Amino acid sequence: MSKTEIRSPLPGTFYRSPAPDVPPFKADGDSVAAPDTIGIIEVMKTFQELSAGVEGRAIRFLVDNEEPVMAGQVIAEVEA
Amino acid sequence: MTIRSLLIANRGEIAVRIIKAAKALGIRTVQIYSAADADMLAVKLADEAVEVGPPAARKSYLNIEAVVTMAKAAGVDAVHPGYGFLSENADFADAVEAAGLTFIGPKGDAIRLLGDKVAAREVAARAGVPTVPGSAGRIDSLEEATAVAERTGYPVMIKAAAGGGGRGIRVAANRADLERHFPQASAEALAAFGDGGLYIEKVITRARHVEVQILGDGENFIHCYERECSLQRRRQKVWEEAPSFLLPQDAREKLCASAVALASEVSYRGAGTVEYLYDDETGEFYFIEVNTRIQVEHPVTEMITGIDLVAEMIRIAGGAKLSIRQDQVKIAGHAVECRINVEDPVRGFLPTPGRIDRLVVPAGEGVRFDTMLYEGYTIPPFYDSLVGKLIVHAENRDVCLERLARALADLTIIGPPTTIGLHQALAGDPAVKRGAFHTRFLEQWLETEFAGQTGRTAEVA
Repeated sequence: MSKTEIRSPLPGTFYRSPAPDVPPFKADGDSVAAPDTIGIIEVMKTFQELSAGVEGRAIRFLVDNEEPVMAGQVIAEVEA
Repeated sequence: MTIRSLLIANRGEIAVRIIKAAKALGIRTVQIYSAADADMLAVKLADEAVEVGPPAARKSYLNIEAVVTMAKAAGVDAVHPGYGFLSENADFADAVEAAGLTFIGPKGDAIRLLGDKVAAREVAARAGVPTVPGSAGRIDSLEEATAVAERTGYPVMIKAAAGGGGRGIRVAANRADLERHFPQASAEALAAFGDGGLYIEKVITRARHVEVQILGDGENFIHCYERECSLQRRRQKVWEEAPSFLLPQDAREKLCASAVALASEVSYRGAGTVEYLYDDETGEFYFIEVNTRIQVEHPVTEMITGIDLVAEMIRIAGGAKLSIRQDQVKIAGHAVECRINVEDPVRGFLPTPGRIDRLVVPAGEGVRFDTMLYEGYTIPPFYDSLVGKLIVHAENRDVCLERLARALADLTIIGPPTTIGLHQALAGDPAVKRGAFHTRFLEQWLETEFAGQTGRTAEVA
């Protein structure tokens, strides 16, 4: 079974849900389709939605909510 | 008590500006920094620097307890809050004073009073300052709201009493809109601010943003004339000037006198700004709000008056009386400030943090560049995109715009895309040359003129 990595295109702060007190876009173990939003990257006070970009099963997040990320850093993995 | 040392509770270019003012006054400086800011310019320039917390502003620059603890541990006399972050947080001002230190700004109570939009409107009305036609205070029912709107005329803005900075605003074009929006606005305000209080203001559709710089020592109050900040994108200022050159002299005198009356009404201490909308066609002006901090665009006022506003606010906080009288404040020439942001104007102003490979700063008479940048510095992605302010001064506005165009051509930032190109286009634009702008000018201009010049659509996000 191969794993596919989902990387952040931008440096910033990673959020797993659209707002505080709201469930995350995806829970660990969820299936994803390529256009699905899996999180938000905040860069300099602007918010960019991050889509999965790949289809897969059992998404696993490698970055916690509200953690800083670098451009190119792996945010999550899915099973292809 | 004269201030001998101060802590800078901010970052970026304003931290650098405060350190320079403090050094000129012989004051020891202590700079706080987040884990993402260890190599910022202010850390290098300050006498001491202490890490305050992780990159997230909420855990560092906005963490009142951590900042006050750092200030006490550093043994400073005072704290300068800069702009943004905790600069207009009354609880922070109170916490600094409770720790036995001096907050460089007004007292917490004054910040609280002027920060409450309904209370500030009432203060303005008491001082005889014209406010935007609307409700006298908070309104609790749709019946009251419609009665106010029928009197002022539509469209109206429904605003949250506890809102501010463009948040908690809805526009109603007619009575049906108002009936639909009013209950939602109240529920939203309650959820967002913990206070469902609303008030109503008529929408002034075409106006200039003109603001007056004030200084007060609690007993004496002066103005340092006005700035014009009509060129805005998404309610954020992009380009500022002083003076507002098309303002008739009698309007200027009334506007500035009203700001002084307002400062006097609240026995203001420190530097502040009273913001207005000015309608060219009717010559009417309306109070919007008071900002109780030093503003980003303060340098244009410094350039035309020769007053060091940051030094003056430090001296006032230390207990000194104003060092200048009103009749000593004179306007000499014209100044323009361009905000240089790391944003890509041809890609919908997408923020572009990154490494500065090369930096060439323009020099020459009347040219000033306030910045946090140096070659080899990597701009972190966690904070504002403002990285520098190019300020140009000349004997009149025409010469100022020519000098500005040359300075913009000389300013070189190799690395991330910036808004320098946008300012070059503005500096050469015929409408900007005539001063024919208002608060909605820039967004339309970006869609038409600028998109045409760059061959790209201005908005993607």
